Amino acid sequence: MDYAPNTDAQLQEMLRTIGVGSFEELISAVPADLRARGLAVPEGLTEPQVLELAGALAAKNRSLDEAVSFLGAGAYHHLIPTVVDALALRGEWLTPYTPYQAEASQGTLQAIYEFQTMVCELMQMDVANASLYDGASSVAEAALLAMRATERPRILISEAVHPHARQTVSMYLSGAHAILQEIPTVNGVTDCEALGKAVRDDVACVIMQQPNVFGCLEPMAQGSELAHRFGGLFVASVYPISLGLLQPPGSYGADIAVAEGRCLGSPVAYGGPGLGLFTTTSALVRRIPGRLVGCTVDQSGRRGYTLTLQTREQHIRREKATSNICTNEGWLALRATIFLSLLGPHGMQELARLNLEKAHDARERLLELPWISAAFDQPFFNEFTLRYDDAMNLDTIHRTLDTAGILGGFPLRDWYPAMPQASLWCVTEVIRQDGIDRVIETLKRIS
Amino acid sequence: MGEPLVFERSVPGRRGFRLPPSDVPARKLADLLPPEQVRPAPPPLPEIAEFDAIRHYTRLSQLNFCVDTNCYPLGSCTMKYNPKLNERVAAMPGFAFLHPLQPASRVQGMLQLLYELEQLLCAITGMAAFTLQPAAGAQGELTGLKIIAAYHRRKRHHRATILIPDSAHGTNPASAAISGFVVEKLRSGPDGLVDLKELKRKLTDDVAALMLTNPNTLGLFEREIKTIAALLHEQDALVYMDGANMNALLGLARPGEMGVDILQLNLHKTFSTPHGGGGPGAGPVGVQQALEEFLPVPRVRKRGHRFAWDERARATVGRVHGFYGNVGVLVRAYTYIRTLGREGLSRASQVAIINANYLKAKLAQTYPTAFDGSCMHEFVVTLKALKAQGISAGDVAKRLLDYGFYAPTVYFPLIVDEALMIEPTETESKETLDEFAQALIEIAREAKANAEMVRRAPHRMAVNRLDEVKAAREPNLRWIAPEFALQSAAMPQRRDDERI
Repeated sequence: MDYAPNTDAQLQEMLRTIGVGSFEELISAVPADLRARGLAVPEGLTEPQVLELAGALAAKNRSLDEAVSFLGAGAYHHLIPTVVDALALRGEWLTPYTPYQAEASQGTLQAIYEFQTMVCELMQMDVANASLYDGASSVAEAALLAMRATERPRILISEAVHPHARQTVSMYLSGAHAILQEIPTVNGVTDCEALGKAVRDDVACVIMQQPNVFGCLEPMAQGSELAHRFGGLFVASVYPISLGLLQPPGSYGADIAVAEGRCLGSPVAYGGPGLGLFTTTSALVRRIPGRLVGCTVDQSGRRGYTLTLQTREQHIRREKATSNICTNEGWLALRATIFLSLLGPHGMQELARLNLEKAHDARERLLELPWISAAFDQPFFNEFTLRYDDAMNLDTIHRTLDTAGILGGFPLRDWYPAMPQASLWCVTEVIRQDGIDRVIETLKRIS
Repeated sequence: MGEPLVFERSVPGRRGFRLPPSDVPARKLADLLPPEQVRPAPPPLPEIAEFDAIRHYTRLSQLNFCVDTNCYPLGSCTMKYNPKLNERVAAMPGFAFLHPLQPASRVQGMLQLLYELEQLLCAITGMAAFTLQPAAGAQGELTGLKIIAAYHRRKRHHRATILIPDSAHGTNPASAAISGFVVEKLRSGPDGLVDLKELKRKLTDDVAALMLTNPNTLGLFEREIKTIAALLHEQDALVYMDGANMNALLGLARPGEMGVDILQLNLHKTFSTPHGGGGPGAGPVGVQQALEEFLPVPRVRKRGHRFAWDERARATVGRVHGFYGNVGVLVRAYTYIRTLGREGLSRASQVAIINANYLKAKLAQTYPTAFDGSCMHEFVVTLKALKAQGISAGDVAKRLLDYGFYAPTVYFPLIVDEALMIEPTETESKETLDEFAQALIEIAREAKANAEMVRRAPHRMAVNRLDEVKAAREPNLRWIAPEFALQSAAMPQRRDDERI
């Protein structure tokens, strides 16, 4: 099955119009020794065959609908209102590209302007761009911006920032004459004493995550103050759902605030596509990476929207651009816009409250088991780290849960080898009381 | 006429979605969070009803041109039809609702799909191995450049220069610069191709790699690519191919056999995943065997009949994306490749090439190309001749909107004066191409008869030309409630950065 409508008869007629006798004549520019001999791809399939094939592959996966999942660790399963898909799947949203021709793209442009506004409100920041790839690459772009703005080489990043973000920062910065320095943690949060000692006048920025990778709430205000002490910037990586209840980055003086925004109306989808939210202050707007939409007027004085400040971008500035990004995550940004407008201020607050209460209830009940203890004594939002007694085999615990249709917490040892018995649990609004009951009963059987 | 902003539709107290009631014991907020961590008031988002959202975002959608409604001949972007079947597959709960940290035993179908997609991309391109992690073409370029750096580091070479033809997409030099390289521009030859003399002159022992798009952005096949690659390889420098234009080559020629060492694909172009108003995309990177160890981790491996992630990372350049990249996009591309299969993919490129050449022939009298010869899947015309009437490429592009066609890429590549870069793709019918050619020819006539009207186009859109100077001089990048607008304008900026 292919999707090219022209018939063979039409193609022959078109070749005559072109003035060639055959397709071969048309591609004479491709040297004979470079011509492919066959294509080792299976034969094409009809729609029912594709659905059968894809259905069989999908059936080999256990979807989150078929399990009780306490997995988070950077990818969060949240409710998606029906309206998000009903709207976003319209071809007018799904099938245009970057709105280069503003007059024929006012829908996309206005939606991005609304997106930028809502992200600013959520973060309490001055400016948001039209999105970057994901949370991890947004942290990396924040580090690059900080280095450009301060003309300083050193990046201080907390060890409690998600390892994927730290690895991506390290990858982006390689070759950029940067010094990446990790700040240790104490009792599950960034060690502010160590941070205070590390901050000097060569520090471009301090990067912290809220809540951090262990689920603990960080002293962001203190981190921000330390970052600014010697003129560095403060970068906050946050969890959008938590901002219904938690202090926004603008309140503690973040210069750049980023987030993984997939949780706002898009499925987990095995970790991608993501949605990089990127915000900063007015002072740094001309250095921001990625697309920006501005409100202006047309020749008749009517309000309209257009891509703006494009002299920052690669298609104009080439090697002098603020970033190399071109394609972003527009469709997920639209989904987030619809999601945020449906939930509104009170919906976002209630959503955060549900997560907070369910997580605290689940943790309290899990801690009643004699072999489970809290890894850290810190306030948290919807994610927390548990420690299993040394006598317990972590693999056995997770296997038993798995057999019972439960995705238990994430064993942190893969990311933090010094924490062999720690497990990161996440409880969102999709977890019901009976799900928590089930996990407790299953765990009781282990001990 | 215009649709108000969603904020202007807001009525305090309206709700668009109800959350389920809490089924755990109620607790006091003060018992759960320290007061200094609590946001004093919820974020000031709009308050609208569900139906308000439906009307608002449906009406806004109708202000867009898109592939589903209009021919969208945006050069080098391959705006082909995005099959609905791909959306249906990607939405299957067994793909859409998987957590990236589930045990491998519970995601065998997903891993099999990713593994097979890698194999299929290898078969199509002739490269030895792929990473599926990069989220888009530019991130693929970044990954490729880090691999180039790692290769030379391994060989203890000091190489700081990347050669890039002047016809290249802007992401190429931007990616090279961000990766810490110096960009040296290669002037194109009189035929629009890489000039071998210019290449030899600039090919010093400081050159790490050449970044080449093939077919190039003029839609011309770099027929000397093997010679070019051999010259680079003599210096132990690498050849990076930007695969943005791969839609010309399916079943026709394989970059792996052209001497290309590293290649990025744009699945949202060649493999039909929807562009989403700007993304998401996916930019897998393929390499020759000798460079495989540098690919980002984790890699998906097959052991017997089982699939698993391999995190081993001895020589890897690292990670560019959280988890495994834009998996939802990869599922769509896999579906597309399996649907078309070997004949369908080959036919896609053949028809794309015929469509482009047909359109080029229909326009030849009125809109000549900047360089001679048959094109591949796209071509670039120059509108120099219309300058006499005071009409620019941008004017013609705007007038096309009135005829119901999205505009081609304008003013690109930079080496062509008043350029329109036209890529019809294989999914447009002959009838549509005829109408498009007719519209362009009519606009050329209008340019002579009524230049002022063309200069003021478009006339039939929701807005006419926008004041872009005002947009850039007085950036208004977010809505501010009228009651706060005055106050905010008077507020000093938080930090005054003189260097900006």
